[in-house]
Amino acid sequence: MSVLLYRIDDRLIHGQVVVGWGQSLNAQFIVLVDDDVAESDWEQELYRMGVPPDMHVYFHTVDEMTEQLARYQADARRGLLLVGTIDTMSRLVAVTDGVREINLGGVHHAVGRVQRRQYVFLTPDEAAALQALQQQGVRVSAQDVPTTRAVPLDELLTSRPTS
Amino acid sequence: MTDGLVPSGDSGDRCAPLALVAGHGSFAQGLVSAVHQITGRGEAFVAVSNSGQSADDIAVAIGAALDAHALCVVFTDLPAGSCTMAVRRLQRTHPHVVLATGANVSLLLEFLFTVPSVDGAARGCAPANAGAIVRAAVERARGTLTVHGG
Repeated sequence: MSVLLYRIDDRLIHGQVVVGWGQSLNAQFIVLVDDDVAESDWEQELYRMGVPPDMHVYFHTVDEMTEQLARYQADARRGLLLVGTIDTMSRLVAVTDGVREINLGGVHHAVGRVQRRQYVFLTPDEAAALQALQQQGVRVSAQDVPTTRAVPLDELLTSRPTS
Repeated sequence: MTDGLVPSGDSGDRCAPLALVAGHGSFAQGLVSAVHQITGRGEAFVAVSNSGQSADDIAVAIGAALDAHALCVVFTDLPAGSCTMAVRRLQRTHPHVVLATGANVSLLLEFLFTVPSVDGAARGCAPANAGAIVRAAVERARGTLTVHGG
């Protein structure tokens, strides 16, 4: 399988993803799944501009991934998949077959969210959505950069929030 | 400006902020601290960190800092960093903003001493000349990346 990371990160393409994970995984492509970005040439240009010239970025709506995910998973190159929200990942899992593990990489503070890690804040509905994914057989863990420990979802939701 | 970077006493020529520095962790605060140690003019830069902030929060923080200090120049660390992305988006509504990525201490110093001065103190960086000033500073700062030995 050549999609090595399925990440939820509200910053989408940024330093941790391109440099932190990109270098660690030796990633050659990024699949960015976001309905709004997929409809905006300007946003796509912005994200393409930020990655090294030898790293390819592909943009898709969630629905397009029904057809596309298997193709990326069979790609000979190494890649990672990014979504911006838990809802997008839930929809992606619902319309595809093949997402087995999810990296919770950056869900930052917003009204109604409770802090779980320095980089993870969740509403009760978001926590429930992640638990639902896990019940479907998808492993969920939180990990911002490759050098930190992946915190399993159960631990994330039961341990005392940390700063 | 992070507390403690600027002495509370008289530090000579003080100037209003000239530019924003934004990046990961304590990058911006560290650069500004270094500029202050070298020149005593750390107050020329406003530091913003992206730590623990969503993309929207970063955009709000940067936009507020630019507006509060009437700034039109931003220095960031990584070309793909979230601060860079936020400024690039902000340029859609603030086309006069000039952004330079890959900032280091040398670049900030070059910028500081390129801004037109009055009696030795930088007095401003207007939108009309900001692009030329930043480009000139970037070109000079490139030459400070050197390798010795090996």
